[in-house]
Amino acid sequence: MPVADPSYHREFPVKGGDFAKAGAAACEIKELLKDLGLKPATVRRAAIVAYEAEMNVIMYAWEARMDLTVSLDAVRLTVDDRGPGIPDIELALTEGYSTATAEMRELGFGAGMGLPNIKKNADVFAIDSEVGRGTRLDITIRTNGHKP
Amino acid sequence: MIALKDILTLLDGELLTPGTSPEAAFLKVFASDLMSDVLTSAEPGAVLVTGLANAHVIRTCSVADLAAVVFVQGKRPAPEVIDQARSGDLPLIATRMTMFEACTRIAGRLEDGGHARR
Repeated sequence: MPVADPSYHREFPVKGGDFAKAGAAACEIKELLKDLGLKPATVRRAAIVAYEAEMNVIMYAWEARMDLTVSLDAVRLTVDDRGPGIPDIELALTEGYSTATAEMRELGFGAGMGLPNIKKNADVFAIDSEVGRGTRLDITIRTNGHKP
Repeated sequence: MIALKDILTLLDGELLTPGTSPEAAFLKVFASDLMSDVLTSAEPGAVLVTGLANAHVIRTCSVADLAAVVFVQGKRPAPEVIDQARSGDLPLIATRMTMFEACTRIAGRLEDGGHARR
């Protein structure tokens, strides 16, 4: 199937605390991007970004909507959550900084690498957060990009 | 390059996902219990050696394009997790060896030690 033109859009709801379904949206996004014919490296970057973002919602927020838009030159993922927000974004973007619980760590997550890894895999990364309301991520991955 | 059948022999391992080709071969190995580290640093096509045996391991491998999983120290994922791996064509191996011993044996068979980093 050729890459959609002008764009393909789909929404994915994510529920905070739903560890049993963690990664389901990211896996679906990965299959969609593969079916759309994007190159494997782009699909992998987008899937990793989606998975990290989805896990952050499940671990820290109450609910969120992930919006996936695919055009000829980019994959864009926005994640709007309703949750406690991030008091210090700069600190949250520091590798290794984490407020994860023991339960999250037992699942293999919460090592303080999520947001830094999203940023690393994104060509364009924006984050906005309001304490007590929620956090919004806006990530663009160019289809001709060559980040890791 | 190391083949699945060689990993099974070296680690006295059990293949939990019958039907996977024993000739399948891998260039890199990544060892961690932290899926965050796998998502950050493992290379696509690598074998994951881990002591974590839940469904998140399978999803992480699927997202990050890892090619096989070795569960160390006698850890075994639940049957539904094994089914999930089989449906994704992801070979799973269980060994009673420790993480260190498993890594040492595999690394000894890889020319460059199999470091899954660039």
